[in-house]
Amino acid sequence: MAKDLAQYFRPEYRSTPQSPLCAGCGHGIVLGLILRAIDELKINMDDMLFVNGIGCCMWVPTPQFAADVLQTLHGRALAFATGAKLFNPKLKILSFLGDGDLGDIGGNHLIHAARRNMDFTIILGNNMVYGLTGGQVANTTPEGALTATTPLGNPYRPFDMCKLVEAAGATYVARYSILQPFLLIKSIKKALQTPGFAFIEAMSMCPTQFGRRNRLDTPVELLKFLKDKCITKKQAEGLSPEELKDKIITGELKNGGS
Amino acid sequence: MGFKQVKSILPPQTHYFSGSDAVVEGAIASGCRYFAGYPLTPATDIAEGFSARAKDVGAVFIQMEDEIASICSIIGASWAGAKVMTATSGPGFSLMQEAIGYAAVTETPIVIALIQRPGPSTGQGTTFASADIMQCKWGSQGDYQVIALCPWSVQEMYDQTINAFNLAEQYRVPVILLSEAAISRLEERVEIKEEIRIFDRAKATGVAALGLPPDNQVQPMPIFGKGHQTKVTGSLRAYSWGLTSDKAVQEMVVSRLHHKIMDNRDEIIEYDSYYREGAEVVVIAYGFTARSSLLAVKALRQDGKKVGMLRLKTIWPFPDRVVAKVGSEVKKLFIPEMNMGQVAGEVMKYTCSKVISYSQTNGDSIQPDTIINELRRLL
Ligand SMILES: Cc1ncc(C[n+]2csc(CCOP(=O)(O)OP(=O)(O)O)c2C)c(N)n1
Ligand code: SF4
Ligand SMILES: [Mg+2]
Repeated sequence: MAKDLAQYFRPEYRSTPQSPLCAGCGHGIVLGLILRAIDELKINMDDMLFVNGIGCCMWVPTPQFAADVLQTLHGRALAFATGAKLFNPKLKILSFLGDGDLGDIGGNHLIHAARRNMDFTIILGNNMVYGLTGGQVANTTPEGALTATTPLGNPYRPFDMCKLVEAAGATYVARYSILQPFLLIKSIKKALQTPGFAFIEAMSMCPTQFGRRNRLDTPVELLKFLKDKCITKKQAEGLSPEELKDKIITGELKNGGS
Repeated sequence: MGFKQVKSILPPQTHYFSGSDAVVEGAIASGCRYFAGYPLTPATDIAEGFSARAKDVGAVFIQMEDEIASICSIIGASWAGAKVMTATSGPGFSLMQEAIGYAAVTETPIVIALIQRPGPSTGQGTTFASADIMQCKWGSQGDYQVIALCPWSVQEMYDQTINAFNLAEQYRVPVILLSEAAISRLEERVEIKEEIRIFDRAKATGVAALGLPPDNQVQPMPIFGKGHQTKVTGSLRAYSWGLTSDKAVQEMVVSRLHHKIMDNRDEIIEYDSYYREGAEVVVIAYGFTARSSLLAVKALRQDGKKVGMLRLKTIWPFPDRVVAKVGSEVKKLFIPEMNMGQVAGEVMKYTCSKVISYSQTNGDSIQPDTIINELRRLL
């Protein structure tokens, strides 16, 4: 499969994949899914602008994608993207951004990009932690989880960014885990074809910084954890609030105008 | 690409403008077609002015959610091919610092009108100060260069805004129009000429190479959406990840950003001299204070006193060579400022002559009489 996607990489990075992402990193899976969605839609990479922030997520398009890549400051990607898009509305903008990047430092820009219904495809790479900086707590970290800055367990509730952007006016909102690759590809395709603000939360994983502190050392254990935690809308029907407490609901959460 | 003469959009005649209006008109004349801002007294007038003019010229205006978003969005628009601008005052300028470093390292042409107000912090929005000289140059982390221009009249608000865009495009660097409410809210006559000299950035062709250019020359700029596969990043590790050593990239970037501006500073720097022949004491002044200073120097010359003046039109890169020359010719340099001696300190770096710093930080402009009295004590 990897070979089919070679044309989406600059020649310098085709033959020797040297990704700085750790083995077993969930973000690498999302990379493949983004390119497959673009491939299936036959989008010309010359029309794409990848706008990323700072975090392990940035290593998805930077610097190897054979397209325009704007790697910005931590948290500010959507503000940069707003300028590029307003001046040249033809640019097709896709951002793959970290949970810390979008939900903590960049939260205000996220709200306002959704409110303005900017024509962006935003993929949140939610690995429930700050990967790049060494595993500190994020707004998305489950309550009680151990991180580099919550040695006694995270005392706070995790944030639901899908609800946030929906309330702020996003046109398309969906959430899938990396265990649902085909649904994610379909969703990314939909997002790319949706005019307006399209937001997909991809439940990703970080074995290096999240897994190892939470007795989920191997990627397989983390995948099992995700499998248990993420349920479909259908599975959620009829569950009591108590049963839903630690679950994350996947599926299309909003599609189309309000 | 390069310099060209364009017809003025405004009718060529004498207009009566506020300093802020002159900035807006200068920006539009320069071809600025993207403006993002966030209200902050006394810079708000410029955003309001641009928002009113945007539709006439097909420009984009947006009020963003804060100053960080404003500067980030103009950087994004610059890479989409626009000439871009934002305007703010001290508190907003502080918020912009991280992105100013980003614009410097990514060599993005941007123009920021910084209309100073007294600080620190919220300070006062409706009185005068000129205390962001150093923040302008050293506010963001690391070694980098910016250009900062200091107009003293409404005419110069217009002319120097055009110059700011030209320099930003020519050197691919953030340019700061460093002004004060005393000038942005002043109303004066402005002569608009029939033709304006403007510079458009050199545009790249083909697929952009990864990594750094081989020398300190300004490179043609790729823009998004043209198949250049442009890579813009402020992360030096990402420049050519895996292809060049991190240490070599770090050293080359720092040196490049420095030399690109400093090696061309004689081209960039502008100043004016007044009554310098035979002067024993020279006043060095800039911005509004230069107006009071010139009145004071004129009055003292009429009185037979050997006093002259150097007006700095460019503050960064610092006019080190002319300051050193003037310093070597006179006994004393007198530097009146609406801050605690920010430029005086810089002058001391380049001259052994005696430097007398005069600071006024009460929010008033410095009056000619004050300068006359101070100078009489030195002569
Ligand atoms: C202004 C600023 N503050 C802090 C940082 C350090 N920093 C870099 S990435 C990051 C968080 C990374 O977490 P996330 O956004 O979730 O991305 P991940 O690495 O998990 O993909 C932080 C705090 C920074 N680069 N800039
Ligand atoms: S630290 Fe975590 S998020 Fe970052 S590359 Fe490694 S596994 Fe992925
Ligand atoms: Mg994360």
